[in-house]
Amino acid sequence: MKNIAVLQFPGTNCDLDTQYAFEKLGCNTTIVWHKESKLPENTDLVVIPGGFSYGDYLRSGAIAKFSPIMEAVIDYANQGGKVLGICNGFQILTEVGLLPGALKRNIGLHFISRFQTLKVVNNNNDFLQKCQKDEVLNIPIAHADGNYYIDEEGYRELEKNDQILVRYCDQAGELVVVNGSVTSIAGICNRDKNVFGLMPHPERALEHILGSDDGVKMLEGLIA
Amino acid sequence: MTAIVNIFLKEGVLDPQGKAIHHALDAMNFEGVEDVRMGKQIVLKLSSDNREDAQKEVEKMAEEILANTVIEDYTIELV
Repeated sequence: MKNIAVLQFPGTNCDLDTQYAFEKLGCNTTIVWHKESKLPENTDLVVIPGGFSYGDYLRSGAIAKFSPIMEAVIDYANQGGKVLGICNGFQILTEVGLLPGALKRNIGLHFISRFQTLKVVNNNNDFLQKCQKDEVLNIPIAHADGNYYIDEEGYRELEKNDQILVRYCDQAGELVVVNGSVTSIAGICNRDKNVFGLMPHPERALEHILGSDDGVKMLEGLIA
Repeated sequence: MTAIVNIFLKEGVLDPQGKAIHHALDAMNFEGVEDVRMGKQIVLKLSSDNREDAQKEVEKMAEEILANTVIEDYTIELV
């Protein structure tokens, strides 16, 4: 059974959804308060869930990066441990430099909360190994700062190393502008493919009756 | 001494808030506005009265937390 550490900062609000998701998938989960300086032993995956850590003050994710637990997460990632950042978790991972680029205010300035179709760009990584390339997934998004920015050189690196995970698209798989992200990017991973970040919320798409269960095959990849 | 740190999105990084303000000004018939950039200002009251030390220290703060240098530039003014 896999052991999942779910981080909790002041203002995190998807910690219990994330815990529910991984327990539904048969994992042990531990909520880890940000003041802890160590991850639980035998952690197989660290998840930084969504929310508004520190009220998004200064910039989304900017203050959380100095929480004691983040040093442990950086060490864990640098030793090859798997880390997933969802929404605010993605913002925190870019702020600490575990993922390249940055997330700016949405192009239309609105907080966007709805189901959104996503196109799988690369599946040669643990996270999306159970999805097909070009498959269209239906996953909720809920963010104001999801406008992914990276400079041209950084973008070329992402493309070259298959680091782009998912892009926003319509139901036919054509790319769409949702929040102004560079080439409609919704999620990326690091070069070593052990740190993953995305704005959409797979933990909110686990039951068909609630709109979509496409999140299951995403999260299952990380615990396979 | 007071340090005033101004933070703006880098040239070439699209500024959605600046753009929205620009649209609003146009809609209100204010003319002659060519571009709008929105930033933030952080004012720090410092105990030090050594300008050189203060400059160095505030630069460090700006690099480490006040600005995200992937997308933002900053200026420091000591008064």
